[in-house]
Amino acid sequence: MTQTAPHATGAFVEDPDAPEYSAYGGDWSDIADEAARLAQQRIVVNMGPQHPSTHGVLRVMLEIEGETVTETRAGIGYLHTGIEKNMEFRTWTQGVTFCTRMDYVASMSQEAVYCMGIEKLLGITDDVPERANILRVLMLELTRIGSHLVAVGTGGNEMGATTVMTTAFVAREDTFRVIEMISGLRTNNAYIRPGGVAQDAPEDAVALIRKVIPQIKQKLDELADLQLENPIFKGRLKGVANLDLAGCMALGITGPILRSAGLPYDVRKADPYFGYETYDFQVPTSTDADAYSRVVLRLEECYESLKIVEQCADRLEQTAGQPVMVADKKIAWPAQLSVGSDGQGNSLDHIRHIMGESMESLIHHFKLVTEGFKVPAGQVYSAIEGPKGLLGVHLVSDGGTKPWRAHFRDPGFNNLQALSILTEGGQVADVVVAIATIDMVLGGVDR
Amino acid sequence: MSDSQDLTGTGAPQGGPQPGEREQITLINVREGMFGAQGDTSGYDLLVKPVEMPGASERPYGEWFDGVVDVLEELLGDDAAAAIEHVVVDRGELTLHIAREHLPAVAQHLRDDQDLRFEMCLGVSGVHYPADAGRELHAVYPMQSITHNRRLRLEVAVSDADPHIPSITSIYPMNNWHERETWDFFGIVFDGHPSLARIEMPDDWVGHPQRKDYPLGGIPVEYKGAEIPSPDNRRQYR
Repeated sequence: MTQTAPHATGAFVEDPDAPEYSAYGGDWSDIADEAARLAQQRIVVNMGPQHPSTHGVLRVMLEIEGETVTETRAGIGYLHTGIEKNMEFRTWTQGVTFCTRMDYVASMSQEAVYCMGIEKLLGITDDVPERANILRVLMLELTRIGSHLVAVGTGGNEMGATTVMTTAFVAREDTFRVIEMISGLRTNNAYIRPGGVAQDAPEDAVALIRKVIPQIKQKLDELADLQLENPIFKGRLKGVANLDLAGCMALGITGPILRSAGLPYDVRKADPYFGYETYDFQVPTSTDADAYSRVVLRLEECYESLKIVEQCADRLEQTAGQPVMVADKKIAWPAQLSVGSDGQGNSLDHIRHIMGESMESLIHHFKLVTEGFKVPAGQVYSAIEGPKGLLGVHLVSDGGTKPWRAHFRDPGFNNLQALSILTEGGQVADVVVAIATIDMVLGGVDR
Repeated sequence: MSDSQDLTGTGAPQGGPQPGEREQITLINVREGMFGAQGDTSGYDLLVKPVEMPGASERPYGEWFDGVVDVLEELLGDDAAAAIEHVVVDRGELTLHIAREHLPAVAQHLRDDQDLRFEMCLGVSGVHYPADAGRELHAVYPMQSITHNRRLRLEVAVSDADPHIPSITSIYPMNNWHERETWDFFGIVFDGHPSLARIEMPDDWVGHPQRKDYPLGGIPVEYKGAEIPSPDNRRQYR
């Protein structure tokens, strides 16, 4: 005898008052009794997509027995916007503006990996100027700090500690202050471009970086003091949402979750890009493999990122005035932008040049901006260490001015698969902790 | 890249074999006319240019590539010639074109052999090449070895009419959602997947949106009275 109770992953029942039973022999009253008994015990709960603790647009389907979760399934796709499809209809450079909106908490990561892929397709990886790479590293590390602060902050908020969130967001605002001064925008920057970056850092950027580093450090200390020895915090997170190394490897988990299981895998060390091999930083790991250790790791990684940011500031001083875009004028975006008091805009010098001095420059500008550059046919895969794990991109070019295919391996998409194994057998309240510890952003998951 | 290099070419980068010397594998696209417009603006109408992927490479492949291919061929034994259709080295990356029926065996060896040890499959990316007759749908599997710090790519091509590829979720459980996504977007059926349901699109969606014959959609943009067609209806500088 089998019985079809409401099932977390089952089909919709049109009339909820008419239960369906499938039986293979047996007395009918026994079947009905059994069904009634099971139906009382089986409760299917939909967490989200509107529940704030599910990061907006994640649907979590739980089958529970009392307070114990027996089955978990994540439903995604609510934020699918077809970014990859849209990128096939825009030039390679315009693609930056699209992919930056995938994981909107770590915008720079997608820009960086996408441009890395284009540069590999073009064969210009080694031609990218040093200063451009320094600016990229600076932006990536500030983004990493911002992303980790959101992970830790919202994680605290979901457990009822609003101060954790406000403290984290104040520190994140400091990272945005630097990013905004350099790129003109707080998030969704489209700053990293094929061949370099959109514009050079202004002169006073280094001073601002030096000013915000101790401020961010102080907030990080505050977050650590607030949380790490708090008995409630430890009670909620220690030994919760465990995933050991074997589980991580089976599910392809990367980033802080993998490192919390003891494997110090970090693409910045394993396969350095943008000159990461020349920076002095550590990759913190833990062997506890629980939610608590991941919070600790994220905070430690923020301190390591600050070390890199400091080194970037020194190098920016040393390389002042050097180019930030490849010399090849057939690739380098012609419109050198500038950041004015009212935001990002065209560089007046450039406008004067193309409109008043050189017709050829105007033609070149027009051709490159409207048509773009051609990328030789082929495919590449490039990967970086995003804040949430290994972020990869598969790019295919048909020799034209637009990607034939751009596919992003968002670490959140992959890591969210672990939600079932992290939560099944635990308590309902631990689901919130597990979601926070995965730290996915649904914009990146759904793309 | 130096200034003198021809960016419009479709061949391999400098240093590698030139197009024509390599056996061609994938026809990406056939370009007609200029600027992708219907017909040729000059009325000539005979500009037809096939665009192909960099073709098969000859030994030695360079770096660690020869060793990995050797080990894999040894493990596959008699099936090696049938399983590995082509080996392509391009832009410092190794691509193995695998016959679909041998994909699970290849994946198993890549994961388990101590000299290969590709612990992670970084997903599966579908690509649609409508011009590549009989091999329209490609599934690309980037494989990551953490032990040896290497990355290679498996590529499996199937036809539109018979879009079946064996699932490798039993070998790489991490590919579960990735295969669902590729089914959702390209309509490639991964046989043996535990639950091959749509993942990004709604369950009752019709069609597979990332295919090239699936329109982008979109509405014209109006700005201060001027109307600009939606992106897929604009004049294309392909």
